[in-house]
Amino acid sequence: MTVNAVCIPKIKKLIWIDMGKKLLLEHIDVPGIHTLSVYRQKGGYETLKKALSSMTPDQILEEVKTSGLRGRGGAGFPTGMKWSFLAKPEGVPRYLVCNADESEPGTFKDRYLMERIPHLLIEGMILSSFALGAHASYIYIRGEYFYVARILEAAIQDAYDAGLLGKNIMGSGYDLDLYVQVGAGAYICGEETALLESLEGKRGNPRIKPPFPAIAGLYGCPTVVNNVETIAAVVPIVKDGGAAYAQIGIGKSTGTKLISASGHLNKPGVYEIELGLPVEEFIYSEEYCGGIKNGKQLKAVVAGGSSVPILPAHLILKTATGEPRLMSYEGLADGGFATGTMLGSGGFIAMDEDTSIVKNLWTFSRFYHHESCGQCSPCREGTGWMEKILHKILHGHGTLSDVDLLWDIQSKIEGKTICPLGDAAAWPVASAIRHFRHEFEEYVKAGHSIKDVKHYYRINHLPEPAN
Amino acid sequence: MEKKYQFSPESMAVVQKLMSRYPNGKQKSALLPVLHVAQAEFDGWLSPEAMDYVAEVLQITPIEVYEVASFYSMYNLKPVGKCVLEVCRTSSCWLMGSEDIVKHLEKKLGIQDGETTKDGQFTLKTVECLGSCGTAPMLQCGSDFYENLTLEKVDRLVENLRNDGERRVYTKDQKVNMD
Repeated sequence: MTVNAVCIPKIKKLIWIDMGKKLLLEHIDVPGIHTLSVYRQKGGYETLKKALSSMTPDQILEEVKTSGLRGRGGAGFPTGMKWSFLAKPEGVPRYLVCNADESEPGTFKDRYLMERIPHLLIEGMILSSFALGAHASYIYIRGEYFYVARILEAAIQDAYDAGLLGKNIMGSGYDLDLYVQVGAGAYICGEETALLESLEGKRGNPRIKPPFPAIAGLYGCPTVVNNVETIAAVVPIVKDGGAAYAQIGIGKSTGTKLISASGHLNKPGVYEIELGLPVEEFIYSEEYCGGIKNGKQLKAVVAGGSSVPILPAHLILKTATGEPRLMSYEGLADGGFATGTMLGSGGFIAMDEDTSIVKNLWTFSRFYHHESCGQCSPCREGTGWMEKILHKILHGHGTLSDVDLLWDIQSKIEGKTICPLGDAAAWPVASAIRHFRHEFEEYVKAGHSIKDVKHYYRINHLPEPAN
Repeated sequence: MEKKYQFSPESMAVVQKLMSRYPNGKQKSALLPVLHVAQAEFDGWLSPEAMDYVAEVLQITPIEVYEVASFYSMYNLKPVGKCVLEVCRTSSCWLMGSEDIVKHLEKKLGIQDGETTKDGQFTLKTVECLGSCGTAPMLQCGSDFYENLTLEKVDRLVENLRNDGERRVYTKDQKVNMD
């Protein structure tokens, strides 16, 4: 692949100027930034002070609308619009619930943010709760992040002690209680209505919508559910104004986004990018991932968490029309599902030339089978069938009609379930067949001589035969 | 043999605090966190009797507890070893060699995925994405994450866990120093 050497200097000159803007992670490397005192030294809670003393809830809502902020959990729905749907009947409590159930394979940005700079989320929660008129708010965090929950709880206690939570916050007359709720291991609880069920002490079965949570959410009361990163972004939006935030990014993809980079990269980790950064720059520049591990070639990328379509290297680096592909909601979606993908949660998984796409897909299908809540038949049964068929193909027992059967099954799950888990299970299968059908056929044709298939030895941890 | 379940005064205080976080009559919301407290206190798993006790504390029916306990993957409905080694196996961890980690542990401990060693010290469990993809491969033991694993690191971890002999639970930080 020559794109690496040829294009990067060009991109740096032409596009990659001022792309290093940090809004959420600006102070992430400051020692002690997880503590209240250091966070305040760096200007923390000043935005809250300004908002409580000089802004009305509606003014905050307007700033969020103006900012163009879109949900950072994966769906990308405009946050200001979601907030404006919140019903406000007299005498009925309203709730803000933070979705910290981060479980999308390839995504670990929320954990990073909560662990390193918990007060940013807490300040965002107070600002957002004030804007929405909530007096009790919950951060629902996945059970596997128990240690992060303890970090948050300690930070919340410090905030209470400093008068930033509880009664009459900063003398404003506004009261808010903030609680951390731990889950217990269920991907589905990242779906907002399943999350609310779980928060009510039930199985995480998604609810039929409508009614949407904005009308009937937690305990049947109007509720807004937002992702960790979305709520954290409210702080810089209120600080500098929605218009300033909207200046960052590209088109309808305003602001910055946390990207969780993993897989065969030299420098995996969490990066805050300005939306619109070229994918190529993100993968190969030293500023970000520093290229593919061990000097290998890039084979494929899952750009937005396991649910989004996988793209081969040539389509993730450039669109079908040959333009550099940009990391934004629209940029990654360019070409639709035929040649594009989605920004999703920003879980960016890179795979090198030796990766078996079929086996990686099997780990995804096994995941969705394991995580299906079992409510809807197409998802409950279909995810299991897909896992089994892939297992069969991987072990040299597949037929060409199995590949067609996989395609058929995924097409009958998509759009036929209460929640989007069905779609999320279908899209990786559809895209892997769309772009890498030859690999499935290679496994099938090899049959019992499956050992001749490239990567067989590596993926099954057997010594490579000589020659 | 019937076992009497009763939270210690410290755990009961935690449970009472948890229950106070929700509006009146909504104490069932505390079920998930209270089950974690119960599992940590009652030998790392939730027996039917332990679940009945939780139902009694929260003033809900036992079936409401069973249906939740059986839904979420972090609750053990059978006895487990003192240290449950939960190895992530999804995509990024697989790409970075999680299968090697699992095979190594199976050989080292003489058990298969899902089994417990005869001395009751270790249970090996493969789990789905734990949100540690950038530091793969990784495993979780109790609430502690052990990341960027190598086979050598796994060996050291197992030795350290075996030496201190403590039960690992989600509700406490018990990280082994790996430096």
